[in-house]
Amino acid sequence: MTVTASASVARSRPIQIWLLIWAAALAAVLVVFLLQDRLPWAVNYPASAVLPVADWVSALMRWIKSNLSWLTRSITAVVGIPLDFALNLLAKNFKIGHGAEAYILPRLSWVGVCAAAFLAGHAVGGRKLSLLVGGCFLYIALFGQWTSAMLTLALISIAVPFCIVTGLFAGIWAWRKPWAERLIVSPALDLMQTIPTFAYLIPMLLLFGNSPVSAMIATAIFATPPMVRATMLGLSRVPSEIDDFSEMAGCTARQKLWRVLLPSARPTLMVGVNQVIMLALNMVIIASMIGAGGLGYDVLLALRALKVGEAMEAGLAIVALAIALDRLSQAIAHKQAKGHLHQAISPSLWRRYPNLTLAIAILVVTTLLGLFVPAFAAVPKAITFTTAPLWKAAVNWVTINFFDMIEAFRVALILNLLNPLRAFCEGFPWLGAVFLLGLAGYQLSGLKLAVLVAALTAFCAITGLWEKTMATVYLCGISAFIACLIGIPIGLMASRSDRFEKIVTPIIDTLQVLPSFCFIIPVVMLFRVGDVTAMIATIAFAVVPAIRYTNHGIRQVPPALIEAAKVSGCTPRQTFFRVQLPLALPEIMLGVNQTILMALAMIIICAMVGTRDLGQEVFIALSKADSGRGIIAGLAIAFIGIVADRLFSAWTAKARARLG
Amino acid sequence: MTDKTEQGANGAGASKDARPIKLACRNVWKLFGSNAANFIRERDGKASMADVTAAGLVGAVRAVDLEIRQGEIFIIMGLSGSGKSTLVRCMSRLVEPTHGKVEFEGKDLLKISDAALIELRRHRMGMVFQNFALLPHLNVLENIAFPLSIQGQDRATREARAREVIELVGLRGREHFYPRELSGGQQQRVGIARSLATKPEIWFLDEPFSALDPLIRREMQDELMRLQTMLHKTIVFITHDFDEAIRLADRIAIMKDGEVIQIGTPEELVVNPATDYVAEFTRDVDRAKVISARSLMRACDGSEHGGTVAPDAKIASFSAGIVAANKPFAVVNGTGKPIGEVTPQAVIDLLAGIDRSRAGA
Repeated sequence: MTVTASASVARSRPIQIWLLIWAAALAAVLVVFLLQDRLPWAVNYPASAVLPVADWVSALMRWIKSNLSWLTRSITAVVGIPLDFALNLLAKNFKIGHGAEAYILPRLSWVGVCAAAFLAGHAVGGRKLSLLVGGCFLYIALFGQWTSAMLTLALISIAVPFCIVTGLFAGIWAWRKPWAERLIVSPALDLMQTIPTFAYLIPMLLLFGNSPVSAMIATAIFATPPMVRATMLGLSRVPSEIDDFSEMAGCTARQKLWRVLLPSARPTLMVGVNQVIMLALNMVIIASMIGAGGLGYDVLLALRALKVGEAMEAGLAIVALAIALDRLSQAIAHKQAKGHLHQAISPSLWRRYPNLTLAIAILVVTTLLGLFVPAFAAVPKAITFTTAPLWKAAVNWVTINFFDMIEAFRVALILNLLNPLRAFCEGFPWLGAVFLLGLAGYQLSGLKLAVLVAALTAFCAITGLWEKTMATVYLCGISAFIACLIGIPIGLMASRSDRFEKIVTPIIDTLQVLPSFCFIIPVVMLFRVGDVTAMIATIAFAVVPAIRYTNHGIRQVPPALIEAAKVSGCTPRQTFFRVQLPLALPEIMLGVNQTILMALAMIIICAMVGTRDLGQEVFIALSKADSGRGIIAGLAIAFIGIVADRLFSAWTAKARARLG
Repeated sequence: MTDKTEQGANGAGASKDARPIKLACRNVWKLFGSNAANFIRERDGKASMADVTAAGLVGAVRAVDLEIRQGEIFIIMGLSGSGKSTLVRCMSRLVEPTHGKVEFEGKDLLKISDAALIELRRHRMGMVFQNFALLPHLNVLENIAFPLSIQGQDRATREARAREVIELVGLRGREHFYPRELSGGQQQRVGIARSLATKPEIWFLDEPFSALDPLIRREMQDELMRLQTMLHKTIVFITHDFDEAIRLADRIAIMKDGEVIQIGTPEELVVNPATDYVAEFTRDVDRAKVISARSLMRACDGSEHGGTVAPDAKIASFSAGIVAANKPFAVVNGTGKPIGEVTPQAVIDLLAGIDRSRAGA
């Protein structure tokens, strides 16, 4: 007893000191704010001192464009071959020859592809999965989205193998050379995963033009990081005995890697593949802005024309495709993780791979039939149906009957919450922010973090983007805050009731696989464009990690500790507040961290619905093909993410260390 | 301490052993920490535990000297953290020793090239692991054939050899099962078969049965003895279980804090423990099964004998007879000449755990 008491006294003293320091720091910033007429340069970064980094980047890109065009052209040519093949095979048709006498080889029949989807589901996950995956494809066909969906699928099917191979080699390199991991790979991965999707599009647009090739390359770059991480993780997790065994068997370094370590790491690698597929889908949708075509383009067109019905239909097709791909690749990963089962060895291909051979046979037969029966070649109009009018009617009905209510809600939100907050953020002195964040970094981790955080924050000001940066911070902050306000209680409830968890889990699983694009559509139907729409869509998108990590954090508290608490006579309430919650706090904070990062990613996408922040800056740069402006704004966004991530991680690490 | 060890090594069991030395450790050290190599080189390969700790190093293996003879089962026994696993990894160079020599047939292993080391491991060494270390993506047949396929043998040859060893360890019919479909005991049979597929001369077994249930463990120990009577490998066997060591060993090296504190036959350890630490291990051992007539005999005092026993016969094998006869048994050598006698009282004392010699001293 006395020991704890004295320990807490010893610990409370530095906390008091930090309290004083923080009070002084806040007072200093307040003084700067009040003296802004005297010290204008400390509040608003002086325009004359802005470094023209954007111009430098633009000049560099121009140079690359004019001097390396042979490279970009040859890349386009090489990448174009498999891409065209996939596009023709799935969506368009093969044209051999030119003009009128061109001979046309048909694409794969939709009937065949749907059958293949059923069989793939059957092969890896049994009847339930086959119904789900096949059903999703059938849905896409019957709702008239087939060609667009297949365009999207074709891009993914070429981008994903590329990501897997690149990621694998990068991961192996980082695993072999710790210096490469520390100095190159890890920082690059961090940056790649926080740079917003839009920012990838600009250099691609500039170098490769408005085409499926540039969309594919952007997708490939964007979706590679999880594969690198999965490879590094998988290799480092191989049991040391397996490593020893490969040495004792006399493996050379190459044999050891390819025949022992990588196959042993396969379950982890498959988790990486699943993530690659989902990221690629997400990116392909967004890359429709630079010529990817497909479902994303349909959504984009419909949104621009404010055709909510069509946008909703295409959006739902994306959802169907996302769910099908996710569940399929997850089932494969699961199967890998569980390990192999023996089966009677049979020499015939048919016996060994019944599903595969059947799928190929059906594809061939239906595609050939398509030459004679048009119903096999393209989904017949007669059996498709559209729900667009229904959605439109529903929106109309809501707008007519609830317009006043929604509008009142929207205006109240803007006037009472959003606008004051925006004014506060945008008026925040840049020097004060650099100082306060640096101080936080110093308290949480030390000088290194303080310098990093302060430098990244200063970058946003020095490049002349301070106001836009703070606009982003404000919208991202409020959205993430509300997402946590909603998500953490749901997570807590889920952790206390298995039944509730059973309901929540499939919902958040589905929310998580949906491409960010899809969240905007229903919200924009009700709230039109503006900050409110952006905020609500972001909350819906970012709420998932808050729920998931809270639930997981509470549930992973060792049962022995809870039993110990009960035995010492804690009431359920005391057990929860005194034992479970403190122990789960680091995990919950990790969820909050994830929520912030996801909110940031989403806020940028919301530039499409008329926000006025860094996202809009990138969006404008994209439409003007102004590479410098877009890349600098993209970096600023990434830096916001990195600052938030590092501070939260440091805090979590500290809390973890305290808990032991 | 060294004196004692030498006494043990020169004791009854080892003196007549003329088998060639297969593997030897000469003052082998493995220290963890910065600048460990310099530390031990500067001291000429001599340092005390206190020196090592004072330098901020961790001594996983310290000054180990031992010789393993061809065809013997040499057991390294120690509790967790005693350095036995590191030592066996030094012997196969899975862990690079900080100092000293590891001699394989008189040749220093630490000086050979990487290519030569790979060759050596491919053809002359085999290893079995505590947690089996089977490759999860290969079935039993492929797992066992894996070391051969690494050497570049063609499919037919390696699968024929794999089937031979599958037969040997009694796994026929499971060829196409994957590791996760097998019980722990079966998985370790696969591990054993895999290590035998290359016909190694020296066989490292790193706590091979520690992850198994006690019943299965016994069964596997019997299996190992059966295999050894057929194969006559040189075996280096790691265990933390003294009973297992006693059951299997020709000789046992006991390790503590990275040091070998005694090497000897089970009987030598039981009769003449070098330190209290060793004595502690041997206390609960069933002595009648370890101690032989030779250790218990005294000079004949002319009384009538109720029977004869060989000098190597364990007490347990004749204890019932001698107590029933209530007469001393003559200990006779190969030519039938009596070299001493064992009294019923000595056997009874042994069975009852009374140590008259020590009580007298």
